[in-house]
Amino acid sequence: MAKFSHVNSTIREGFRMAIEAIRQNKLRSILTLLGISIGVFSVIGVMTAIRTLESSVNSQLDILGTNTFTINKSPAIQIHGPGGNRKIRQRKNITYAHYEEIKRKAKLPLRVSVLDGTGERNIRYKDKTLKKSAELRGADEWALRSINAYLADGRNFTPDDIRFARNVTILGPDILDILFPFEDPLGKAIKIKGIDYTVIGVTERKGQAFGQSQDYFVLIPISLYIQRFSNRWTSLGIVFEAESADMYEKTMDEAIGLMRVIRKVPVGEENDFSILSNEELMETFAGFTGGIKIFAGSVSVIALLVAGIGIMNIMLVSVTERIKEIGIRKAIGATRRDILTQFLMEAIFLSQFGGVVGVILGIAGGNVVAIVLNVPAVVPMDWAFYGMAVCSLIGIGFGIYPAWRAANLDPIESLRFE
Amino acid sequence: MADLISLKEIKRYYDVGGEIVRALDGIDLIIEPNEYISIMGPSGSGKSTLMNMIGCLDTPTKGVYEFEGELVHEMDDNQLASIRNRKIGFVFQTFNLLPKATALRNVEVPLIYANISKSERIEKAEKALNAVGLHDRMHHKPNELSGGQRQRVAIARALVNDPSILLADEPTGNLDSKSGVEIMKILDSLHDDGNTIILVTHEEYIADHADRTINLFDGKIKEDIKTNKRIRVSS
Ligand SMILES: Nc1ncnc2c1ncn2[C@@H]1O[C@H](COP(=O)(O)OP(=O)(O)OP(=O)(O)O)[C@@H](O)[C@H]1O
Ligand SMILES: [Mg+2]
Repeated sequence: MAKFSHVNSTIREGFRMAIEAIRQNKLRSILTLLGISIGVFSVIGVMTAIRTLESSVNSQLDILGTNTFTINKSPAIQIHGPGGNRKIRQRKNITYAHYEEIKRKAKLPLRVSVLDGTGERNIRYKDKTLKKSAELRGADEWALRSINAYLADGRNFTPDDIRFARNVTILGPDILDILFPFEDPLGKAIKIKGIDYTVIGVTERKGQAFGQSQDYFVLIPISLYIQRFSNRWTSLGIVFEAESADMYEKTMDEAIGLMRVIRKVPVGEENDFSILSNEELMETFAGFTGGIKIFAGSVSVIALLVAGIGIMNIMLVSVTERIKEIGIRKAIGATRRDILTQFLMEAIFLSQFGGVVGVILGIAGGNVVAIVLNVPAVVPMDWAFYGMAVCSLIGIGFGIYPAWRAANLDPIESLRFE
Repeated sequence: MADLISLKEIKRYYDVGGEIVRALDGIDLIIEPNEYISIMGPSGSGKSTLMNMIGCLDTPTKGVYEFEGELVHEMDDNQLASIRNRKIGFVFQTFNLLPKATALRNVEVPLIYANISKSERIEKAEKALNAVGLHDRMHHKPNELSGGQRQRVAIARALVNDPSILLADEPTGNLDSKSGVEIMKILDSLHDDGNTIILVTHEEYIADHADRTINLFDGKIKEDIKTNKRIRVSS
């Protein structure tokens, strides 16, 4: 107990000394703090930003349904050199015939469906028109499932709607807001490029993903879409759904194999199509954030190292400036440990102070991303904790030598020091 | 009852670039409680070295030092610090106060190292400052005080832990004669209250306050006389 309260009063004395020393050398202290703050800021800022991105992405990466993947002509996210782009552009389109053939031959998938989209602005109901191109999608009866949307009202497409290319449509809620602000849309006819389509259903609102609305679309039967909206660049997406997570890999392998046969890809050559899955989107995203994390990590390691050296420097100066004071304290009974503790406290306090500033600025800065993406703010307590722990370690690591020097000063020599 | 302080064959040598300086060269000295001793001698004779030795700031090259029966020359750093803190009050020629701290705070610091609670610290420090007549200067910093007042703060700090002995190395050396007289009045009355005091001085009239005068020369005791013809300025 006595031991504890002694430690306690020494720590309080160290705390007091630290504040005094910082107050007396404001500019010098602030410059030292700045190094720590920048180091902590960069890592906390980036981690917070990534955390907000992750939380927004994880909640939105169910853009595709579960256990589904899509075969497209070109990848959703294209990262390649100048040659690669042309190679992808030269790929053959995926046609409705490809879809029908693979649908007939594939044994494993729960379902195979087809999807394509284009931008279309010429959509109206009476005097109401769209200001901005909507996503016009050719779909089959599985399309809602493929895009992970649910009907709010009305009915889905039937196989007959598709087979007979009926003039029917399902609307996303954003379209509804514009064309039918006060009216029940079901059974009404909207005009797309001047041709009437009867509204048979509307979907539930999904909100935004990656800063874009997912509700601004119009679905029509794929058969109609191919007749009226396809051109020589039209390439369809074929959506596969596996029976279960366990069957996912096998289903994908089968689809790839069949697709290669159907498109006559010679053995040994690369696929002339791309596969898009939730997993792949996640992986691409993780690779992207991983890079940023490593970069931010190295920036802050360097900044913190420099800051640590700054702290060591300022502490050495501080010890030299206060040799006399150390002598006095020793003469009136301070032990080596008292002096060591006091100077260590000062170093830790300096770095902690810089750390707090860095954490606050970092969380604030990182959450700018949250505001931009319109997702809830994130306070990464774990990273804030690590940041502060690292600051303490830096304070101890770089403060121990100056403190040790102070503690081992000879009292008589120090008292004589002018 | 044991002696308060007993030095036997105490030597303190310095090695200055290969040459040995014998700052203390065989000191035998016994000090009893409530003695009032002055140490005199020419510059460089070893007065300060002896005071630092007695004050446990320094350790002997050779010899036996007993403080209240404990062997100081065998103590480690922490034990020495503890003796300095609890048993010894040191007053320096140049005051040696913490410049950024108030008088009260300066007097409080030894109590921090003595592990005494905040409220008790304040109480003791105020009492010590009252005893040296500084009750109205508690919250002044050293640069807001006169030399005499600063030395009184230093005396209060030396006394605050109720030490067994008060050591003063030329306590009036940096003061004008009027302030010097004030300081000596305080030391006299402390002695009257039962404190043991050793002071170093160059001035005969300061030394005359003491009951015993030790003369040093070349690190040895040349003369050790009981005076008893005490001159008191007034009281
Ligand atoms: N740290 C040291 N290194 C080397 N020599 C020292 C050291 N400290 C003291 N001395 C020497 O020891 C001798 C005694 O010094 P001390 O300071 O005790 O003298 P003093 O009697 O107090 O003198 P003064 O009246 O001038 O204060 C001197 O010769 C001095 O040069
Ligand atoms: Mg001297």
